[in-house]
Amino acid sequence: MEKKKIRLFSKGLLGLTAIFFYVPILYIILFSFNSSRSLTKFEGFSLRWYEKMFADSTMMEAVAYTVIIALLATLISTIIGTLTAIGLSKSRKLMRGIVEQVNNLPIMNPEIVTGIGLLMFFSALGIKKGFLTLLLAHIMFCIPYVILSVTPKLRSLDPNLADAALDLGATPMQALWKVIVPQIRPGIVSGALIAFTMSFDDFVISYFVTGNGVNNISILVYTMSKRVNPSINALSTLVILLITLVLLIVNFIPIMKEKKGRKTT
Amino acid sequence: MKQFRNMALPYIVWMVAIIVVPMLLIILYAFTDKGNDVATIRFTFENFARFFSDTVFMSVLKRSLYIAVITTVICILLGYPVAYVIANRSERSKIFWILLITLPTWINMLVRTYAWMGILQDEGVINHFLGFLGIGPITMIHTSFAVVLGMVYNFIPFMILQIYTALTKMDKSYLEAASDLGANRIQSFLRITLPLSIPGVISGITLVFLPAVSSFFIPKLLGGGQYVLIGNVIETEFLTSGDWNFGSAISLAMAVIIMISLYITKKVDTDPAANGREDK
Repeated sequence: MEKKKIRLFSKGLLGLTAIFFYVPILYIILFSFNSSRSLTKFEGFSLRWYEKMFADSTMMEAVAYTVIIALLATLISTIIGTLTAIGLSKSRKLMRGIVEQVNNLPIMNPEIVTGIGLLMFFSALGIKKGFLTLLLAHIMFCIPYVILSVTPKLRSLDPNLADAALDLGATPMQALWKVIVPQIRPGIVSGALIAFTMSFDDFVISYFVTGNGVNNISILVYTMSKRVNPSINALSTLVILLITLVLLIVNFIPIMKEKKGRKTT
Repeated sequence: MKQFRNMALPYIVWMVAIIVVPMLLIILYAFTDKGNDVATIRFTFENFARFFSDTVFMSVLKRSLYIAVITTVICILLGYPVAYVIANRSERSKIFWILLITLPTWINMLVRTYAWMGILQDEGVINHFLGFLGIGPITMIHTSFAVVLGMVYNFIPFMILQIYTALTKMDKSYLEAASDLGANRIQSFLRITLPLSIPGVISGITLVFLPAVSSFFIPKLLGGGQYVLIGNVIETEFLTSGDWNFGSAISLAMAVIIMISLYITKKVDTDPAANGREDK
């Protein structure tokens, strides 16, 4: 009897949790298809807000900027982050410790503090706020996450492997590319994934460092949300779909590969 | 292996430039006068004095801390049972539920906060539902309730995940030993599970309290334009009034207050059972 009650309670709790997390997301998706302007009454199915969104050049520009910045920031921060992590794994302990501490700053600091720091930094250097500052800022907060996800993989790597490759006549580049990188690939991939989503979703830091009409999706949602504009729902749905798609692809590629590998062997 | 060691050098230079220098700039601005010029630089505590002596700013600071504490407490009270229930399920079910809870955190926080704007309206779904029950309508949007709800919604996954990790890392043989020695369920929960999961709660507090204190888009979207938290003050100083010195002082004060709060939280956790824990 008591066990049954406990089981019922835990099922109920999990059900409520799922509702709490997903109702707002489904709500946005539902209302993006609403035929009226209302955010509270669903009055019929229509695609008019999607038409409006695709016709709205500021929205489309924001989507383009978001995707371009996310791709560039991911590419650059994954390469630099991986190389740095490898370099650090061969460095002295003191140096490693210092870099790790400094790297933790942007992760542990409130985002708004990082944002205003960068704002003043770029202005001190005389760099105009816009695409470049946005990209630099994104690279700045992405690299620490790449380093964090690559480092554990390096720790479990046999340090003699690279030495063996060098002894057998591999150049350092070959040793790096053919011996070390394949071993730490899962760490690199998850680092890149974190970097992409961090960049794609970022609002606070971007909000402070951008200017000159360069907006990403989050900034646009923030500035547009002051007035009722159902196109935001359409845009949000697009964002939700894109991120879900990226997550699905990243999660399923290894499974597909494994299946393929099994078939051929 | 010297060749590889040098690969970290470019990043170290970059890191000092773009992470350390901005932090130093905040400190520099916070302690100097407006109208900064390298030649006429003048150190002052005036920015801090102005902030801490102004009753309006102090009430904003108090409200921010209050909202953040309430949010953190609610996240613990709601998050703990959820984490506990998930940690006690079968392996497959665990993976499923953790995925379910992690998934929304990958979706843009601003978009998810925006979603609540419609739900909490006076004519929104909740009031519609309450209307069926003959209650309401209750005004929810533009209240502290809405702000706390938005924060809990955004930050509770971090709390659940941290507590869940602590619970699953726990050595189950302690529980077996306790029941062998005649402890009942409640006793073994209070004396074993709970103390061993405290480190998870502590790191959860860090991950919830920190963004809750400094958040500025949640109060803006769900609290309305009149609802001001410390993050909104910083935003205004930097982007509207352009008083970077004063804004830096507020940010610095906020960062220090956060650090002190988290330090106290960690100090309070002096339970011997929690010693020898693994840092995340």
